[in-house]
Amino acid sequence: MADLEALVNAFTGLGVDEKSLIENLGKSHPEHRTSFRKRTPHFFIEDERSFERWNDHRVKLLKHEFMRFKNTLVLWAMHPWERDARLVKEALKKGPQSYGVIVEIACTRSSEELLGARKAYHSLFDHSIEEDVATHIHGSERKLLVALVSAYRYEGPKVKEDAAKSEAKILANAIKNGDKKNPIEDEEVVRILATRSKPHLKAVYKHYKEVSGKNIHEDLDASDLILKETVECLCTPHAYFSKVLDEAMSSDAHKNTKKGLTRVIVTRADVDMKEIKEEYNNLFGVSLSKKIEDKANGNYKDFLLTLITRDN
Amino acid sequence: MASLKVPASVPPPYEDAEQLHKAFEGWGTNEGLIISILAHRNAAQRNLIRQVYAEAYGKDLLKDLDKELSSDFERTVLLWTLDPAERDAYLANEATKRFTSSNWVLMEIACTRSSHDLFKVRQAYHARYKKSLEEDVAYHTTGDFRKLLVPLVSTFRYEGEEVNTMLAKSEAKILHEKISDKAYSDDEIIRILTTRSKAQLNATLNNYNNAFGNAINKNLKEDSDNDFLKLLRATIKCLTYPEKYFEKLLRLSIKKLGTDEWALTRVVTTRAEVDMERIKEEYHRRNSVTLDRDIAGDTSGDYERMLLALIGHGDA
Repeated sequence: MADLEALVNAFTGLGVDEKSLIENLGKSHPEHRTSFRKRTPHFFIEDERSFERWNDHRVKLLKHEFMRFKNTLVLWAMHPWERDARLVKEALKKGPQSYGVIVEIACTRSSEELLGARKAYHSLFDHSIEEDVATHIHGSERKLLVALVSAYRYEGPKVKEDAAKSEAKILANAIKNGDKKNPIEDEEVVRILATRSKPHLKAVYKHYKEVSGKNIHEDLDASDLILKETVECLCTPHAYFSKVLDEAMSSDAHKNTKKGLTRVIVTRADVDMKEIKEEYNNLFGVSLSKKIEDKANGNYKDFLLTLITRDN
Repeated sequence: MASLKVPASVPPPYEDAEQLHKAFEGWGTNEGLIISILAHRNAAQRNLIRQVYAEAYGKDLLKDLDKELSSDFERTVLLWTLDPAERDAYLANEATKRFTSSNWVLMEIACTRSSHDLFKVRQAYHARYKKSLEEDVAYHTTGDFRKLLVPLVSTFRYEGEEVNTMLAKSEAKILHEKISDKAYSDDEIIRILTTRSKAQLNATLNNYNNAFGNAINKNLKEDSDNDFLKLLRATIKCLTYPEKYFEKLLRLSIKKLGTDEWALTRVVTTRAEVDMERIKEEYHRRNSVTLDRDIAGDTSGDYERMLLALIGHGDA
């Protein structure tokens, strides 16, 4: 039944297809709905008392999907400072798998934007960002994360090539000796990544390849995820954002990973969306718009597409 | 309270600029005139004078001061004329280059300025030195000192008065544990001292005293030669009783004890517009003589006159 497929599609993916649901479910007769319930075992369970029951977990997931549009709007209308402060707070609450968001905010915002987020955090939560990050994070990444959220990087273009070269060597050594000492806890690694300006770090990134033969993040593996994300956010942010977007839209994405789609588009639409779209196309061979068209539904999809095509 | 005395009716900035320009003319410089103007203008007024001076004479007032004055007096006038954020940036930058006392100056600036003012220092540092403050501090320090100083200059403490008493208890306990283990640069000590709000820290340290019978600094006195411990004690003092910290610094400087030769100039110029009156009270309480008298006894000439004017002495 074509309608059945359309109905299931309306509930599959990111967000829900409101129009399709109105068309299909709204106009359905009781026997259509019975048929729907009987033929979607992942939505409805056959109850022992002879009726088809909604799968509770599925309803919960549906709730998230319906809320995706609302959350996007709320986040979009929010002041960027409040937005970033709330994202950090949420990441701290969610725990280690979400610490990448803290890295993202600390490293991809401008110095003034990060200062703004810190001010908003004071207002919203009566604590400083660094205070909460230091209190809630206990692992080896604590030092780096506290330093990253405390940074107020110089933003001028001036770079000392000699210093960049020697710091590339320092990083290369620290990563090479990674089995003896975790590079994320190395005080020089933290110093370089958390205090140097972004232009300087881009020069370090370039020299690193000359020193070690590979790019820094290629020398880091999954066990150094936070360190890897730090380097990516600081040196190759558009590639980083493209990856977050792609992971969010993959079929088996974890529910936290899926939130990356909303987060990246809302927080970058006014900043560097054009560059991110280009990089996405380079990396994945398909336009971001097309991918969102495929993977998202309804108002949520329309809103995202509107955000990313505003200046076309 | 500030000790700075500004006259009830202040001449317009162009008049001050003109007088200052006159003060540099001729054979010598009219230091008295410089003192009588600059030592009686607040930061906003001094900024205006600098602006007007630059517009009228095409040069930076501070560059002209630099040419005309010498030694302690010059340093005092130079530091004083700078806008507070610029001044702190200048002092911090100087501190990253010097070997002795440098850590102290960095700690002092990081701990005794408000969150807002410390951030203004970081902004002034960008503008003047084309680098970030934390970048330079990190680069020029190592080990435990870096571990303490970089977070201190980078923190943006919450400034509310709220206190969590349970947290104060638990963090006092943590501090006591680490100190008893002689783990003075432990991550937890650093975390508490460099991220908690001043109100929360005060509560924690009071709790420490109540629970363990000694003020924390008493427990940290164990090794008097340990430079890191000295800095740690001073950090705690700056965060909780800055006027006591400054009193001691002045006392040691005047009595020529300690190695911080520029302390007198630095404390007077950086606190005259902030809490010099409180520091004077503390000085009198501790030493039974006024700061004015000891400065007069220890210094001379224009340097003495400038310092006395800044601490609000008489009609100087």
